[in-house]
Amino acid sequence: MATLVTEALETVRNDHVESHLHTTPTFDLAAHPTPSGREEIWRFTPLRRLGSLLDDVAPGGRIELQADVPAGVAWSTVTADEAAALGGIAPLDRLGALAALHAPQVGVLDIPADTELTELIRVRAIGAGTADAVAEHTVIRVGRHASARLLLENSGSAHYNEFVQVIVEDGARVDLVTINDWADDAVHTGQTNILVGRDAEVRHFEVTIGGDVVRTSTNVAYSGTGGAFEGFGLYFADAGQHIEHRLFVDHNQPKTSSNVVYKGALQGERAHTVWIGNILIRKVAEGIETYEENRNLILSDGAQADSVPNLEIETGEIAGAGHASATARFDDEQLFYLRSRGISEKEAQRLVVHGFFDDLIRRIGIAEVEDKLRVTVEAELAKNVLREPGPGA
Amino acid sequence: MSKLEIKDLQVQVATEDGPKQILKGVTLTIADGETHAIMGPNGSGKSTLAYSVAGHPKYEVTGGSVLLDGEEVLEMSVDERARAGLFLAMQYPVEVPGVSVANFLRTAKTAIDGEAPKLRTWVKDVNKALGDLNLDATFSHRSVNEGFSGGEKKRHEIAQLELLDPKVAILDETDSGLDIDALKVVSEGVNRFRGQPGKGVLLITHYTRILRYIQPDHVHVFVDGRVAESGGAELADELEANGYDKYLVAAR
Repeated sequence: MATLVTEALETVRNDHVESHLHTTPTFDLAAHPTPSGREEIWRFTPLRRLGSLLDDVAPGGRIELQADVPAGVAWSTVTADEAAALGGIAPLDRLGALAALHAPQVGVLDIPADTELTELIRVRAIGAGTADAVAEHTVIRVGRHASARLLLENSGSAHYNEFVQVIVEDGARVDLVTINDWADDAVHTGQTNILVGRDAEVRHFEVTIGGDVVRTSTNVAYSGTGGAFEGFGLYFADAGQHIEHRLFVDHNQPKTSSNVVYKGALQGERAHTVWIGNILIRKVAEGIETYEENRNLILSDGAQADSVPNLEIETGEIAGAGHASATARFDDEQLFYLRSRGISEKEAQRLVVHGFFDDLIRRIGIAEVEDKLRVTVEAELAKNVLREPGPGA
Repeated sequence: MSKLEIKDLQVQVATEDGPKQILKGVTLTIADGETHAIMGPNGSGKSTLAYSVAGHPKYEVTGGSVLLDGEEVLEMSVDERARAGLFLAMQYPVEVPGVSVANFLRTAKTAIDGEAPKLRTWVKDVNKALGDLNLDATFSHRSVNEGFSGGEKKRHEIAQLELLDPKVAILDETDSGLDIDALKVVSEGVNRFRGQPGKGVLLITHYTRILRYIQPDHVHVFVDGRVAESGGAELADELEANGYDKYLVAAR
């Protein structure tokens, strides 16, 4: 069995960085022209399937947002100008800029400084159809030394472009769990820009199961030294689905850290996943530590996983920088080991896939979500690996 | 009752230069309750014998037969062989990330017995088996073989042997890489297993060291894909004194 390790680009330069990794964040749509599809940041995306989401027209649709917000947390709406004044990282591509431009208003979730929440903050977006596109812009602000856990759940059917800014102030700790469990016809593009404060700790979990096309980009930068970001992703692509997760961590401050692990399984004809992990270590970012990893498990013929880790290093004065990428089918040696203990081939495959994902699932720390994801993995397995052969087979 | 009969077993593997024959007609019978040691130099095909009997897909059987209590093992899938009563303790146990030892052991036991073990006694049995091999209670929460030391992997293999309780156990270089204390602990586990009536053991080793703790009924010298000589426990002493040279010369 072959393990393909994607060649990564590594460049060490002393001065200016000029590359697709280094987009200048801006709300100005003119700075984000309509892509042709050949650009580095668009070349994996099936642009035609995004429909009107890349067009500069105000989408007419709305999506129903249900928020369970504990006492002490403010959920309000502001204008785009007021939102821009809150700070945070501006859009890094056209989709983010369009979402910000056309969102009817900006939802702001404000967790005041020193608030230690034990309750989960829960926001559900429930799509009602794909007839009209929807643009949303949300700002999540976690005040100094606050700690909070947020669960953002997307479901239903939608044509949805969202822009989320997360501003994590100094010393705050936040767990952000996003679950994209869309209906089969949903098209979802999302950009989540996370600004990590001095000594703040952010854990982001991103789970994508449903949808026709899901393309998310998570962009991380630091507003002070010592910030820590962990990004975990889990995805399961079925026949015809395009699931694309893009990450960009900009180590623009010293002694910051990032740890990224995304794992996916693919099954069915033209199931397509894309994972892009871009890490930029700027000259100023001495003493940083970064690691990123993507693993894909291909469960059937006809599926394709693209996996591209990029590491751009402008200073050698760092604690560590590493990456790994592997795309493979079942490991024959693992299956042999399990089967040599009497476990049937299907049961062995089931154990391996559950184990593959459980490494991530058990880190989420929200029992309800963990249980649900294990059930989801089981349901996905039933479609292929565990499927009983039909009478004609 | 348990009897493993290997008759004229011939096995090849695929190489870049085409198929290469590794086993050139192995005949060996492990009768009810017997322990046999197979000793031989590196590259003689000892491990190939172990993996072929267990059914590893890398090895292609081109001739011969393997009977467990009269049933043809070679016609069974890997998991069927295990359920029929064969167990292979591997030299290099495989990591299975994210699958806990507890989950793995329970799944295997359920598969072997055809029903889930009784929860209360099972947990006690697992803790005892792990404890007997100096593996502490937290061990069952770890992922199978992931981050285990060499010694932990081997002790985990023998814990499985005791819990799954097969008819015939093949131990592939279980002694390699163990310090003397771990070797004693592992040997005690094997001796507990074969202390039960009717259990067969095929002990594959390069060194005589483990035979001080596990007394074999028969010793076979394995050279160039076949049994070159068979004898009693005294044959191991001779190998200890004189090495494999005389057999290697004869095989050329």
